[in-house]
Amino acid sequence: MNQAIAPKAETAKVDKVGGMSIGQLLLEGRAFFALIIIIAVFSYLSPNYFTVANFLIMASHVAIYGILAIGMLLVILNGGIDLSVGSILALCGVVAGALMQGVELSPFGVILYPPVWAVVVLTCVFGAFVGAINGILVAWFRVPAFVATLGVMYVARGIALLQTNGLTYNNLSGRPELGNTGFDWLGFNRLAGVPISVIVLTVIALLAGLMLARSAFGRWLYASGGNERAADLSGVPVKRVKITVYTLSGILSAIAGLVLSSQLTSAGPTAGSTYELTAIAAVVVGGAALTGGRGTVRGTMLGAFVIGFLSDGLVIIGVSSYWQTVFTGSVIVLAVLMNTIQYGSRARKS
Amino acid sequence: MSAPETQAPRRGDVVLSAHNIAKSYGSIHALKGVNFDIRYGQVTTLFGENGAGKSTLMKILSGVVQPTSGEIVLDGEGVNFTSSTDARDHGISIIHQELSLAPNLSVRDNVFMGREIPGATGVDFAEEERQVRLLLEELEEDIDPLTPVEDLRLGQQQIVEIARALSIDSRILIMDEPTSALSAAEVEVLFKVIRDLTAKGVSIVYISHHLEEALEITDHAVVLRDGTMTAYAPRADIDLEWIVRNMVGEHYDLGSPPSGYAFGETALSVVDLTVADPNAGFNLVDRLSLDVKAGEIVCIYGLMGAGRTELLETLAGRLKPKSGRIFLEGEEISSLSIADRIACGLALVPEDRQRDGLVQTMSVGENMSLASIMNFTRGLFTSRRIEQSLIADTIRKVTVKTSGGSAPIGSLSGGNQQKVVIGKMLATDPTVLLLDEPSRGIDIGAKAEVFKLLAERARTGLAVVFSTSEVSECLSVAHRIIVMHKGRISAEFDSSVTKEKIMAASGESVAA
Repeated sequence: MNQAIAPKAETAKVDKVGGMSIGQLLLEGRAFFALIIIIAVFSYLSPNYFTVANFLIMASHVAIYGILAIGMLLVILNGGIDLSVGSILALCGVVAGALMQGVELSPFGVILYPPVWAVVVLTCVFGAFVGAINGILVAWFRVPAFVATLGVMYVARGIALLQTNGLTYNNLSGRPELGNTGFDWLGFNRLAGVPISVIVLTVIALLAGLMLARSAFGRWLYASGGNERAADLSGVPVKRVKITVYTLSGILSAIAGLVLSSQLTSAGPTAGSTYELTAIAAVVVGGAALTGGRGTVRGTMLGAFVIGFLSDGLVIIGVSSYWQTVFTGSVIVLAVLMNTIQYGSRARKS
Repeated sequence: MSAPETQAPRRGDVVLSAHNIAKSYGSIHALKGVNFDIRYGQVTTLFGENGAGKSTLMKILSGVVQPTSGEIVLDGEGVNFTSSTDARDHGISIIHQELSLAPNLSVRDNVFMGREIPGATGVDFAEEERQVRLLLEELEEDIDPLTPVEDLRLGQQQIVEIARALSIDSRILIMDEPTSALSAAEVEVLFKVIRDLTAKGVSIVYISHHLEEALEITDHAVVLRDGTMTAYAPRADIDLEWIVRNMVGEHYDLGSPPSGYAFGETALSVVDLTVADPNAGFNLVDRLSLDVKAGEIVCIYGLMGAGRTELLETLAGRLKPKSGRIFLEGEEISSLSIADRIACGLALVPEDRQRDGLVQTMSVGENMSLASIMNFTRGLFTSRRIEQSLIADTIRKVTVKTSGGSAPIGSLSGGNQQKVVIGKMLATDPTVLLLDEPSRGIDIGAKAEVFKLLAERARTGLAVVFSTSEVSECLSVAHRIIVMHKGRISAEFDSSVTKEKIMAASGESVAA
C-alpha cells in the first residue's frame, strides 16, 4: 500500500515545485485576464475606447463603486455583508448637502456655514456612526449581518428622504462671501490630469492594502473571517474587529457619497440605490470568498474595473442598457463559479 | 494481512461477518484488515481507544461509508451496502455516537424521519404517534411524542435516537456509545431492552467507553487497536484487566515524567471553580480547586462529559464561571478576556483542532504567528523580518514537517497541524499551557513527539495541564494524574499509579 502511494505523492510535489499549470494561472489571475480581454475587445470595436481621456473618465466612474467595494471587501473578509452602503452613501450625500445649505442655530438667530473641509469631516464622522450601528448590531446583539444591514439600509434611505422631503439639494457650490466654496473640487478637479476621485480611490486602495497585508488588524481580520472561534481563542478581539470593519465601510460609503454629490453637484436621497450590489459584485469578481477570510484589495480593484470598464464599453459601442445588465450578471455568476472551482480544489487538496 | 478465518473463531450462528475490512482516508489508514463477526441473538462489544477504528468499522457495517477493501458477508452471501438506507433495507440499523436528530422537529417526526407512514391525506401522524408512544413506554421514558427534540435534555435525546433505531425492527442493531449521556437508571432500562431484543433474536453490536458497563451486557468482546483487531474472546474468558491490556498495548512508549529539577512557585491556582450548564440545572464543573506549580505536568483524565473541556475553556476565558476564582502566579485573572489572559501567560490548545485551533484559510506561518502578533508589531505595521524568524524558530522547535511557513495549513497531517496549534500558543511565551486532548486524532509517533515537547518545556519552567480520555497517556509525562468525574476531582494519583486504578476512579462506581 505504502509503495503504491509514494510515487503519487512525489509527482504531486514536482508539479507544485515546477510552477502553476496554465489552467491554474488563468484561474488565479482571472480578474486580470478578464480586464485585459475586455479592454482588447472594446478597443477593437470602438476607436474611442483605447484613449487616455476615455480611461480617465471610466476610472472616475469606477471610483465610486471602487471606494464602496473596498469597504465591502473588509466586511466580506470578516464573513459578513453590508447591504446598507448605497443608502449610507445617499444619506451622507444629503447630510453634506444640508451642511452646505447652512446650519441654523435658532436660539442665537444665526446660520452657520461650515467650510468644505468641515463638511467633509462631519459627513465622514456621520458615515462612521451609521456603520458603527451596523457593527454593534452584528457583533454585540448577534443580528445576522444580512438582516442588520438590510434594516439599516431601509432606515438610512428613509431618513435621507425625510431630511429632504424627497427633494434634491441642487446648490452645493457654496458662496465666496460665506467661505464655503470648493465642494465641486472632489468631483471635477484634476491633479496632473487625473480626476481627484481616481486619486482618492488610489489612496484608499493603497491604505487598505497596506492595512490588510502589514498591520496586526489586517491579520486579525483575515483570521476572524477564516475561523472566528480559533481567532477568539488566539486572543484576537473578534468583536472589536467586527465593529471596526462596519465602521470603516460606513466611512468609505460617506466618502463615496461626497464624491458622487460633488460629481453631480447635487445631493439626492435616491442616489446610490443598488450600488451595494455592484460593490458586492466587484468583491466577488475579484476572487474574495463570501464565506470570509479570502480576498485582496488588488483583486477587488480588478473586479471593480472589470465591471466598470465592461458596462462603459457596452455604452460606448451602443449596446442597449438591457443587454448591459445581462452581461454584468453573467460576469458575476461566472466569477462565483470560478471561486467555487478555486477554493473547492484547495479544500480537496487538504 | 493474514488469513481471515484463523483470527475470528466461528460458531454456527454467525449472522454477519466482515472479512479483511480496510479503510483509508488519503494516507491515513483507519482500518487495516479487520475481521469481525456478529452472532444471532447475542451482544458483541467492540472495545478500543479513541481513533482505534471502532466508529469507522460501524459506519462501514451500517453503509454510511464504503470500505477501501474487504468483504461483508450477510447470511452467507456477500453484500455491498451503498448507503445507510441500503443497509437498513437489509435489516441493519445504527444508533450514532453523535446524535443525528433534527432539533426543530418533534420526537415523532424524528423517529419516522425519512420513513413516514403514508396515510389517506399525506402522512398518518396518528399512527406514528401511537407507535412512538409504545416505544417510549418500553424505554420507560416519559416524553410526549410531540415535544420538539431541542427542548429535551441530552440524555432524553439519546433515548429518542435509540427509539428511532428500535422502530425499524432490524435484525442487527449497532449501538455506538448509546449511554454516554444517560443516567444510571436509564442505562438499566436500556440494558433490559437489549436483553428483550436479544431474546427476540436481534443481534446487537455495542460500543462503549464504560468498560464495566459493557462487560455487564456483552456476550463477546472484540478489541481494536490502531485499526487492527488485537483480541477476541467470549465473555466467560475475559475480565476488565484483559480488555485494558489489549486496548492499550504495551508496545509503545510515550515518555516518562521529566525529573532532576525542582518545581517552582505555584503558577496556576484554581479555587472553588463552578461552571453551570447553560441549558440545564446542573454544574459542568463543580467547586473544583487545583494548584499547578511551575515545571509541573498535570494530566486530567475523565470520560466524555466529565467536565474536562469546560474546565479548561473556563480557565482560558472562553466560558464564564458561575463562581470561583482563578489565579496566575498569584494575580487574579478571573475577569480578564481571552486576549488579556494570553498576554498574562495563560494559553489554551483547544480540543477541536479544526473548529477552534486553526484558521484554514491562512498559511502555516500565519497560523503560528496569530496569537503573538503584537510581539512583532512595530508602530502600525508588523515586522516581516521578526515574524519570519519567529515562524522559522517555531517550526524548528515543535518539529513541524512542512515545506515552509507559506504552505497551506490543509497540506499538513493531523499531527503536524496539532504541532502548529501548540507552536502558536508557545510563541506567546506562556507560563501555563493548557492542552485539551492534545493527542486527539493524531498517530502514535506524533503523540510521542508532542509529549516529548511538553516534557522539554516543563523542564524550563512551563506549567502544563493536559486532558485525555486515553488512560495510557496519563502514564506518560505527567507528574500528577487527576481523575475528573461529573465536574469534580474524584481521585488524584502520582505517576506510579496503574491504568486499572485510573479507570476505576473515572467510572460510576466511585461517584456513588
